[in-house]
Amino acid sequence: MGIKERLSGNEAVAYAMRQINPDVMAAFPITPSTEIPQYFSSYVDNGQVDTEFVAVESEHSAMSACIGAQAAGCRAISATSSCGLCYMTEMLYVAASDRLPITLAVSCRALSGPININNDHSDAMGVRDAGWLMLFAENNQEAYDNYLQAMRIGEAVGLPIMVCQDGFITSHAIENIELVEDDKVKAFVGEYHPEHYLLNKDESIAVGAYATPVYYMECKRLQAQAMLDAKDVIRQVGAQFGEMTGRTYGLVEEYRMEDADEAIVIIGSSAGTAKAAIEELRSQGRKVGLVKIRSFRPFPTEEVVKALTKVKSFAVMDKADSFNGHCGPLYAEVTAALYAQGVHEPKGISYIYGLGGRDVRVESIQHVFDELQEITRTGAVGETYRYLDVRE
Amino acid sequence: MNQIVEIRWHGRGGQGAKTASLLLADAAFNTGKFVQGFPEYGPERMGAPITAYNRISDVRSTVHSNIYEPDYVVVVDETLLSAVDVTAGLKPEGAIIINSGKTPEQLRPQLKGYTGRVCTIDAAAISEAELGKNFPNTPMLAAVVKVSGVVEEKEFIQDMEASFRHKFAAKPQIIDGNMRALKRAMEEVQVG
Repeated sequence: MGIKERLSGNEAVAYAMRQINPDVMAAFPITPSTEIPQYFSSYVDNGQVDTEFVAVESEHSAMSACIGAQAAGCRAISATSSCGLCYMTEMLYVAASDRLPITLAVSCRALSGPININNDHSDAMGVRDAGWLMLFAENNQEAYDNYLQAMRIGEAVGLPIMVCQDGFITSHAIENIELVEDDKVKAFVGEYHPEHYLLNKDESIAVGAYATPVYYMECKRLQAQAMLDAKDVIRQVGAQFGEMTGRTYGLVEEYRMEDADEAIVIIGSSAGTAKAAIEELRSQGRKVGLVKIRSFRPFPTEEVVKALTKVKSFAVMDKADSFNGHCGPLYAEVTAALYAQGVHEPKGISYIYGLGGRDVRVESIQHVFDELQEITRTGAVGETYRYLDVRE
Repeated sequence: MNQIVEIRWHGRGGQGAKTASLLLADAAFNTGKFVQGFPEYGPERMGAPITAYNRISDVRSTVHSNIYEPDYVVVVDETLLSAVDVTAGLKPEGAIIINSGKTPEQLRPQLKGYTGRVCTIDAAAISEAELGKNFPNTPMLAAVVKVSGVVEEKEFIQDMEASFRHKFAAKPQIIDGNMRALKRAMEEVQVG
């Protein structure tokens, strides 16, 4: 079933937005997410949605407008990339701490400098501690599917949610996609009826209040609890989505991990390239697999630990550097999860790759597996902080 | 077709190489294929060399990298032959298709010893004659389909006619012009 189409990742997200018909969109254009508000504004202009489109003058204002709208009791959305996301950062924290389930589409792009418009995950990773739920997509289909699930997840736990895909690589690539019929989307996403909202004349509430040291930490503890609770919600919504479409989602996707000796942990479009690399290596008898992180926030500690416990060596692939002098942000999460669970046997290395659109080829991933094979064979890890496909 | 056919397009910003790659993806999609159509983005501007890509297959390709060893290369602007290494990685059993009024024999010396098929199509002349303007996309697309066989010819012609009828419902003379350009290109492409 479903509707067979071919759409770019940006078109797919805009299509999902039309199907959902949110109350408010506030956005400011920035490459490579510009097409999302562009397509959506034509839906508004054509009367295909009755969304209030607010053409703001900056991303800071875009998120501020979303906060106001969502606090009033609306569904509010936006889209951005790169320094646009940076410019939103102050308000991202406000949205999360005010417990407003805003939905933000991010077509991930490098940060300056040098100035670069191409893909990496520096923008999303830069706001990873803002308190937002964060889902990542491998391709246009997942960008669309994640978007359809996002509001259910965010609204269930009272947290805003980012739906991320790789700028240009999936946002501007036309690929086959299976769309869900409008009526099914409407039924699946449902209507938004917040328990507390500013425009409720029968209940006066304050949003964004000051909290003294007596209250501040309890607010943060509740935020942390919502993030913990989101794990089960993501699994449940992903399972229900699977019942409707045949495409079931969890917090991670394991690929050929059943008997893998070497594995990579990866986020986004390069997971697809890595799957092709794995198929080729498997045909040569190599036992290799991958763990794709779909939900980065909350971080799927249980799933990652379970998947990696039995491997001999693994590489964590980061499309962003932390500039901490030892590893990328995903590596820090993965190794912390393993250490906390008492798993010390697998040997892990951190690879920084694909920065600023550096093309990630099947051969690039095969090189990583060759390095892992060497680590497994010799037992020597060597340098754990590595850069892939870079001129030294 | 069990394997993935990979195509690389070379054009100049503003000439429509990206659009042509997306049109080919459309045509292949309409005949039931799995497709990818994507440009390589950079700080492009009018006239600067640009590259776009297609992957076309019967099973979905999960690869999201550029294409380095294409089965076919399409050159929308002949002047790129001296500016860009257009045959880099091109498979000898594949072909290069160049928009030019010259013959394959005349162009082969510029192709750095490429041993595979060299095909030329005067898309500009066909477009000028049939559409009155230089819109090389339709004849280029037809030539690519003819040479590569990536879409079945009869299906392709029917599908393109249907999409022109849909797109230009109010301008039937454009539909006829485009269809003539399409069929002429399929007949006139020179393979050397």
